[in-house]
Amino acid sequence: MLDSLIQGILLGGYYAVLAAGLSLMFGVVRFINLAHGDMAVLGALSALWLVQSLGLGVPLAIVITLLGMAALGWLMQRFIFERALAGGFLVPILTTIGLGAALQNGMFAVFGSNTKSLGAHIGSLSWASWQLPGGIYVGQLPVYMFVTAVLVLGALHLTLTRTAFGRALRATSSDAEAASLCGVDPRRVQRGAAAIAVALAGLAGIFLAMRAQVTPFSGPMMLIFAFEAVVIGGIGSLRGTLIGGIILGVVQSLGALLSPQISILAGHLVFLAVLGWRLSQLAAAERGGWRLALRALTHKPDVTGRKA
Amino acid sequence: MTPAQVLPMNTKDRRLVGLACLAVLGLATLPWLGSALIVDKLIYLFILVMFAVMWNLLAGYAGLVSVGQQAFIGLGGYALIRLVDAGLPPFVMIFVAAIGAGAVAWLLSWFVLRMKAGEFAIATWVIAETIRSLVMFDPIVQGETGTSLLALNAYDPDLRRLVLYLLALASMVVMVWGTWVLLQRRIGAESQAIRDDEDAAASVGISTFRVKQRIYVIAAIGCALAGALWLASAITFQPRTSFGVQWSVFMLFMVLVGGIGTFIGPILGALVFFGLQELFGDFGAWYLAGVGGLAIFFALYLPNGIVGLWLDRGKDEPLSLRKRLRM
Amino acid sequence: MTDALTLTNLSGRHGQLQAVKGVSLRLAAKEVLAVIGANGAGKTTLMRMISGLHPAAEGEILLHGAPVTSLPAHARLKAGIALSPEGRRLFGDMTVAENLQIAAENGRKGDWSMATVCDALPQLTALLHRPAGGLSGGQRQAVAIARALISNPSVMLLDEVSLGLSPAAVEGLYQSLETLRGHVTLILVEQDLTRAMAFCSRLICMAEGKLELDGPPATLTRQQITDAYFGIHKAKEPSHA
Repeated sequence: MLDSLIQGILLGGYYAVLAAGLSLMFGVVRFINLAHGDMAVLGALSALWLVQSLGLGVPLAIVITLLGMAALGWLMQRFIFERALAGGFLVPILTTIGLGAALQNGMFAVFGSNTKSLGAHIGSLSWASWQLPGGIYVGQLPVYMFVTAVLVLGALHLTLTRTAFGRALRATSSDAEAASLCGVDPRRVQRGAAAIAVALAGLAGIFLAMRAQVTPFSGPMMLIFAFEAVVIGGIGSLRGTLIGGIILGVVQSLGALLSPQISILAGHLVFLAVLGWRLSQLAAAERGGWRLALRALTHKPDVTGRKA
Repeated sequence: MTPAQVLPMNTKDRRLVGLACLAVLGLATLPWLGSALIVDKLIYLFILVMFAVMWNLLAGYAGLVSVGQQAFIGLGGYALIRLVDAGLPPFVMIFVAAIGAGAVAWLLSWFVLRMKAGEFAIATWVIAETIRSLVMFDPIVQGETGTSLLALNAYDPDLRRLVLYLLALASMVVMVWGTWVLLQRRIGAESQAIRDDEDAAASVGISTFRVKQRIYVIAAIGCALAGALWLASAITFQPRTSFGVQWSVFMLFMVLVGGIGTFIGPILGALVFFGLQELFGDFGAWYLAGVGGLAIFFALYLPNGIVGLWLDRGKDEPLSLRKRLRM
Repeated sequence: MTDALTLTNLSGRHGQLQAVKGVSLRLAAKEVLAVIGANGAGKTTLMRMISGLHPAAEGEILLHGAPVTSLPAHARLKAGIALSPEGRRLFGDMTVAENLQIAAENGRKGDWSMATVCDALPQLTALLHRPAGGLSGGQRQAVAIARALISNPSVMLLDEVSLGLSPAAVEGLYQSLETLRGHVTLILVEQDLTRAMAFCSRLICMAEGKLELDGPPATLTRQQITDAYFGIHKAKEPSHA
C-alpha cells in the first residue's frame, strides 16, 4: 500500500512533464494538440533509434532528441498549427487528429510494431533501488525521473515568471493583440512555446521508454493521461499540473493493486469526476475552463481574487 | 413544434434524388447478381456511409466535435453480443442494441453537453475508453480476448450475408433520408444556429441543450446501429477494435474530405475513403499514414472538402439545405 | 522638417463594411491632436490602423517620412508608434510593474523608464505590485497610458481617454497628460468635446469613416463641430435649382 503510494507519486512526475507541454500549448497558443502523445512517442522512438542504430550514448541521444523535438515543435507551429488556428476551433482538432494518425502509422511503418524500451541501455539503473526504513524498496530510476521532472517544471516556472520571454509568453496567452502593442511578436512567442511544449513531450516519451515499453500506438493513451493530469490538477498552474500528475499516478498505482485493468479505469473515473465537479461550478462552465490554463500557470496566491 | 419553411427543390436536385432512388433499387437487387465478396464490401461501404452521415450530423450541423463516437459503435456491438447471448433473435436485436446505446447516450448527454468544444472532444474520448474498460470486465468478453457472435454461425452463410446486406442498405437509406427530413425541420435550422453561435442562438430563444441532446442521441443510435451491423458481419467482438479511436479518425476523415456541414459531403467522403481503402489498403501502415496526411491537407487547404471545391467553382451545392431553409 | 505622421488616402474595412474612407492627414511633431466623432464614425479603426492592429485596405502611413504601412503592430511599436487601446487591454493576471516591464523591454530605449513614468503618473507608484486585473477604471487607464509611454514612442495614440471614468479620475489623467505636451506627438480619441477642445492644439472630426473637419479648436465654431459630428455637409449641399 505505502509502496504503491510512493510509486504513484514518483510516476506523477512523468505525467506532469507530459501534461505541462499540453497545457502550455493550449494556454499560449490556444491550440489543443491531439497529437501530443504521438509526439512523445516520436521522441521516445527517436532516442531509441539514436542509441540502437547509431550507437550513441544515452545522455547524448537524449540531448539530441530534445533539441530535435524543439525544432520540430517550432516547425509544426510555423507551417501547420498557425494555419490551422486561422480556421476556427474545428480545423485544429481535425488537423491534429490527422497528424496523430499520420505519426502513428508512419512510425509503425518505419520502426515496426515491436515494443521497445531504453531499459536495456541504461545498465543497472533500470533495476537498482534504495531500501527505505520499513523494508520498502524504491527504484532509483523513478526517483531520478521524479527529481528531473520537478527540476524541469521548476525551471519552466522561473522562465515564465522571471524572464523577458516568460513575460512575453504570459502576455501573449492573456491577450495576443495587446502583447503586440507592447512590442511582442505573438507569432514568435507562440513558436517558442510550441518548441518547449514538443520538447517536453519528447522528454516524457523518453521517460516512458526508460521505465516501460513504447509502441508506435502508445500516443493516444499518453494524450489521455496528459489531459487527465491537466484537468485533475486544476486550471493548469505548473504546480497544479505537478499535483494533477501525482494524483493521477497515485490513483493508477493504487488501482493496480486491485487489477491492472482497474489501474487505468480509476484514472479515467477520477478525471470524469473532477470534470463533472468543475462543470457543476458555474464559473468554470461559463468561462471555458481550460482556455485559462496558462493564465493560471502564473497564478499567484495573492491574485486569487478571480475565480478561474 | 412548427416546421421550418422549406423552399421547393430545384430541377437538378430532383433529378439527383431520382437517380439516388434508382441506385438504391439497383443495390437492392445486387445480392442476387453480384459475388459474395462484392456484397461483403458493400456492407462495409454502407456502414461507412452511416458513420459519416451521423458524425456530420453531430459535428457539421450541431458543432459537437466528438472524438468518442466509438463508445456507441462498441456499445452497439456489445449490447448485441449480450442480447444474443440471452437467446434473443440476432437480426432483430441489432436494432434493440442500437436503441439501448441511445439510452446510454441520453444519460451521458446531461454530462458531456455542458462542456465547451475542446473539453467535449476529449471527454467523449475518455468516456469511450471508460466504457471499453468496463465492458472488458464482463466475463463473456474475457478482457482483451473478446468473443464471437456464435449464434449467427447457425445461419446459412449466404442467407446471413443477404439479410445483413439488406438490413445495412435499409438502415443506410433510412439514416440518409431521416437526416434529410430532420434537417429540414426546425431542429435543423436551430442546430446550425447553435453551431454558428451558441450564445446568439440561446438569446433568440432556442433551447440549445434540448437541440444538442436530440442530435447527440440520434447520432449515438445511428453509430450504434452501424456498429452492431458491423459486428454482425465481422462476427468477432474485440473491445480494442470495436471501441477503437480509429473509428473517430475514419468518420472525421470522410466528413472532412466530403465537405463538413453539407448534406452530400459525408456520402461522397465515404465513397472516397472506401475507394482509397480498396486501392491502397494493401500498403497497410503507409496507407493509414497517408490518410492522416490527406486529412491534414484537407483541414488546412480545403476545409470545405470536395463540396467546397464545387462551390469555389461557382457551382451550386447539390442537395443543399443552406438556401432552402428558412426559419 | 518632415511630418511626425502622414496618412495618405487611408482606407480600412471590416468585412464588407468600409469603416475608414480615404483619410489623409499630416501631423507635425509634438502636435496634440484630438479626434472626435459619433460612435461608429471610424475613430477606433483609424487608431488600430495607425498602430498596425488593423490592416489598411488602401493608402499609406509614413512615420517621420518612412513608410510603416506594411509593418505589424509589434514592429510599429519599435518604430515609435504606441497605442493605449480601447478597453485598455491590460494583462489582468500580471502585476502593474510586469505590464510596464513588457512594453519597456520590447519597446524603444529612451528617457521614459519605470521611474520617470511613475513621476508623470504619480498614482502608479503605489500600484506597481498589484495585479492589473483588480484595478479601478481610472487606475487601469493610467497603467495603459504608462504602458504606451514607457516604450518611448514618438507618436502616442490614446483611444477613448475618458470613457467610463469618473470626473475626478478624468481630471487627474488630464493633469498627467499635460506633462507630456511637448515631449511626444499625441493623438487622442475623446468623447468629451469640451475636454478635447481645451486640451488639444488641433481637432479633427470623423463621420461615417471620413474626415469632416480639421483645424485648431480656437478657429472652429460650435456649429461647425456639431454639423461635422453628425455628418451634415452644409457648405457642399447643392441647393435645388
